[in-house]
Amino acid sequence: MNTIIYLDNASTTPTDKRVIKKMLPFFSENFANPATKWTSSLSKLVDEEVEQARLNIAKLLGADPDEIFFTSGGTESDNTALKGIAFKHHDRGNEIISIPIEHEAVLKSLETLEGFGFKIKFARVDSKGFVDPEEIKRLITKKTILVSIMHANNEIGTIEPIEEIGKICRERDIYFHTDAVQTVGHIPINVKSFNVDLLSLSAHKFYGPKGVGAIYVRKGVKVKPFMDGGGQEKGIRSGTLNTTGIIGLGEAARLASEEMEQTESDVKKMRDLLWDKIQKQIPKVYLNGAEIDSRLSNNLNIIIKGIRNEPLLVALNERGVIAGGGSACAAGSKYPSHVLKSIGVKDNDIFGALRITIGKFNKIEYVDYVVQSLNEIVNSLRDLSPFWEGE
Amino acid sequence: MPTPYTKLVIEHFKNPHNVGEIENPDVKVTEGSPACGDMLTLYLKVDPVTHKITDIKFKSFGCASNIATGSIITDLVAGKTVEEALKITWKDAAEALGGLPPVKIHCSVLAADALHSAVEIYMEKEGLVKEKNPTKMETVFQKLTHVIDPNTGVDIVKSKIIKGVKIENGIIFIEVDLKENDQFAANVKEEILERLGYLWDIKEVKVSFSK
Repeated sequence: MNTIIYLDNASTTPTDKRVIKKMLPFFSENFANPATKWTSSLSKLVDEEVEQARLNIAKLLGADPDEIFFTSGGTESDNTALKGIAFKHHDRGNEIISIPIEHEAVLKSLETLEGFGFKIKFARVDSKGFVDPEEIKRLITKKTILVSIMHANNEIGTIEPIEEIGKICRERDIYFHTDAVQTVGHIPINVKSFNVDLLSLSAHKFYGPKGVGAIYVRKGVKVKPFMDGGGQEKGIRSGTLNTTGIIGLGEAARLASEEMEQTESDVKKMRDLLWDKIQKQIPKVYLNGAEIDSRLSNNLNIIIKGIRNEPLLVALNERGVIAGGGSACAAGSKYPSHVLKSIGVKDNDIFGALRITIGKFNKIEYVDYVVQSLNEIVNSLRDLSPFWEGE
Repeated sequence: MPTPYTKLVIEHFKNPHNVGEIENPDVKVTEGSPACGDMLTLYLKVDPVTHKITDIKFKSFGCASNIATGSIITDLVAGKTVEEALKITWKDAAEALGGLPPVKIHCSVLAADALHSAVEIYMEKEGLVKEKNPTKMETVFQKLTHVIDPNTGVDIVKSKIIKGVKIENGIIFIEVDLKENDQFAANVKEEILERLGYLWDIKEVKVSFSK
């Protein structure tokens, strides 16, 4: 088979051709810097497109456009939220609450803040990856200034009870940030009903270009910028705007608003069929994380007993199927997933974790080929494995 | 599909040679541990007169390059005497595969380690070891680091389940901090005996469980 079947959409997605089309004129035809919009008609045109992008994202999140600030992506947004709040409001307290299954961008930022004297408290997650809002409540003290809980987990797709946590934080006047990189453009979000103060998103996770994202900062919430410069984005994010990227992000947001429902239903159908067939054809395969119906529709994370995922991924790649082991960001590391460890998966099993994440460009006709390939490879790896003792 | 692996690595990975187990092997060793992600079990059958390796098989719970190295190293060993086999290094294996990505070097080291351990045990068993130094505590502990504690996934020295070691009149006494009926106790004991049982000045190895 010459076609590449790309099943690692939580890692990144292909940019929608309509998005590229929208971006292209702003490379060479209209390359202007929107900062000089008062004196240049070229700049004014770019500025209008940038503001349209801001509006599109605001609509997608139920926010006002002046609450959206463009960044270089999810990692920068997470850094801005956590460090920006901590350094601005350290006089109010020094405690921050989060969970151990957050993305590295959050965990490493917290580690840095710990070095500055902040105290980080982690609420436990259960074997499915859910945090209990009651535990957040218990961890909150008078010194707590910020709670950061991801909307959905990038490895296992567990969707956290954001609304309840948001309510708890709002009632206590504690800032609440959510890393929504895996959910924006995929499932409905409303920053008002979620009661979030800050939210991170990234364009390339929902068919936009790489290297661009945004942060929602609720009106009136002050953050300390960690880059100094020309004061773009109301000082929250200095640096000449990545106009092409931002315009691409805006278009991706517009398309998501219109097509989300259909896309999610297609993706879910394919994911469910895949899981159904895998379960029927391959023995000793288990689901990691939440039940199939209470996780992101695109996510399948499974343990395949007796084998390691690395040779499995290499062999799948040989057959044109690209899937993931854990999170793509940690793929270069030989240490097992911190997410699967936190939900209590054993080391032996973590090495056999396979993450399949479906995207809107995947074709459901390929499910049989994928499952057949998987089955054959798993069989041959199990023959090789000293841990495999049969069914 | 391009990957960081050479064609030869992919070839050996997809169709590995000498996979499986040998019934009644002269030596069986396991190197690595599931906790570090790579594990390889090697089986040897050796001609008692010529000391040539007549059969070699392996099983792997490892990455693609671990599987490929297991395949190539078993190829390289075929027909060699045990002493010749000792000279085969991970570099020979990596070269025979046309090179390995730097991050994958430890996988090829593991296969070579398994081969060397297997040959050493065989030579101890058959009295072929030339330098006969008295067995010291160091030697015992060094050999025990190759035995994995399946409960933690790391070796039994690191996982601190070795409570005591004593060498007395040619007998090694080892106290293991596991329940006698622990599901892995028999397994751990068997591996300890395999690693220590053939030292030239050791008559017996006594393993006791103390939890």
